[in-house]
Amino acid sequence: MENMEIYALLGFVLILSIYLGLELISKVPSTLHTPLMSGANAISGIALVGALVLSTDSNLQSAIAFLAVLFASINVFGGYLVTNRMLKMFKKK
Amino acid sequence: MSIFEDITAIQNIIYIVASILFISGIKMLGKEDTAVKGNFLSALAMFIAVLVTFISELENEPFILIGGILVGAIIGSTIALKVRMTSIPEMVALFNGFGGLATFLIAWSQFDSIGDHYFQHLLAIITAYIGGLTFTGSLIAYGKLSEKLKVVKTSIITKIFTTIFYGSILFLIFSILQPFLPEIGFNFFTVLLVITLLGGIGFVLPIGGGDMPVVISLLNSFSGIAAAFAGLLLLNNVLIVAGSLVGASGLILTVIMAKAMNRSINNILFVGYASASKGSSSEEQGEVSPINVADAFLILESASSVLIIPGYGMAVAQAQHVVRELGELLEENGTEVKYGIHPVAGRMPGHMNVLLAEANVPYDVLAEPDDVNPIMDSVDVAVVIGANDVVNPSATEEPGSPIYGMPIIEVHNAKTVFVLKRSMSSGFAGVQNPLFFKQNTRMLFGDAKESIGGLVSEFKD
Repeated sequence: MENMEIYALLGFVLILSIYLGLELISKVPSTLHTPLMSGANAISGIALVGALVLSTDSNLQSAIAFLAVLFASINVFGGYLVTNRMLKMFKKK
Repeated sequence: MSIFEDITAIQNIIYIVASILFISGIKMLGKEDTAVKGNFLSALAMFIAVLVTFISELENEPFILIGGILVGAIIGSTIALKVRMTSIPEMVALFNGFGGLATFLIAWSQFDSIGDHYFQHLLAIITAYIGGLTFTGSLIAYGKLSEKLKVVKTSIITKIFTTIFYGSILFLIFSILQPFLPEIGFNFFTVLLVITLLGGIGFVLPIGGGDMPVVISLLNSFSGIAAAFAGLLLLNNVLIVAGSLVGASGLILTVIMAKAMNRSINNILFVGYASASKGSSSEEQGEVSPINVADAFLILESASSVLIIPGYGMAVAQAQHVVRELGELLEENGTEVKYGIHPVAGRMPGHMNVLLAEANVPYDVLAEPDDVNPIMDSVDVAVVIGANDVVNPSATEEPGSPIYGMPIIEVHNAKTVFVLKRSMSSGFAGVQNPLFFKQNTRMLFGDAKESIGGLVSEFKD
């Protein structure tokens, strides 16, 4: 159990980030609900960073790592591009 | 724990920079003027975080990594650039599912290298569960939104999968406690992976189309939470920060959507409309008064203020462009035109706003229910285009109605109401709409695009 300290620290980061997220997004105008959701969805593609560090020691692990990178990349590229496309359409009078 | 040595100090500092960019990005994404820049900052953060991770992993089969990124980039970009704006809800669901799948795979891959560290065991199980649920749940949401999947709530298939979903929760609890229980004769983790994927199907399958704005927000939140847990599992701070931000934003949207329907999240997910109330007001309510395009034109031409209320029917008929054209012609005619947008109109939060933006309607003429309801009696004509439950006066007038208490756009208080509708069928809630039978309501039957197109050509003549 020598690593419990790091979990305490990272758990602290987790709680702070959730709190920060709730504060930042609580007053978003309804016009931006869809782009916000789609933009947040692109951010959840951060799983790509986790996918990149996966082990590739066995064939099965290599296949899992490849698929994880592939699907996370679709999420990242698709998410950001479609959000950008949507936001460009919003115009003021 | 080789992970500790792999993530060097420099890498961690760059992760902190990326986290700050993510935070600023999502903050700017919440305001109209800065949204484009916010999305760019968040993309930049992603690029930095991925690049530094990639450099540190160069000795780890770069071809697998580069190959995966390239193929993913091509597929993702192609879908994003080709998709039609009416299909945005299902596409967001699909991308969201892929993010969930990635975290599911991360947990799967990591589980073998955990050893007897209980906290890691716990994190791997939770990450796999939330990620897997997000993946198959989002796929079902995709199927329902794109109308490729049609399963009745009461069918036997739905019941089987719903049962598996509840079973998966029990198995999740078992898996969490597994190290403290006596040895069992099978590999419980593999079973967990399978039952989780099946459970995700059962989670979303019974939920109806009208409740999709809530489901899609919740799944969005889940994919963020899954990424944050994967971050704890991999001891990676940028995953934790970015995942938590997404989890929080999805949660806020879920709550906003549930409030806009005046229902609890629990009721939407596990009860549904059907059992909310046994029809108290389904008796015949009188005759409806139809109107044709020519007469509707005469009334619109002499109106001094018009409120347009779009719903999912506008998306189905692809009528947003003719609607904008009608709005412009009315304005040239000296009429004040506004759009009344209900938060849950359509299939995802803000769905109508995106469609109207695509058709070049400026966002400052779009008003929320709280802005238009107080001035409703000064509106000459309210034009309801393919919306139903969000303008149903039962929500304010009939305490027995399943949708009683839901905030609506009170078009029945306008001087005249036009309802554009294909037929007399009821909305998703399956609730009869007394609006259609009101004295001041005129029904304009037919395809919304054709009806509006007819009005537009009358104006041009």
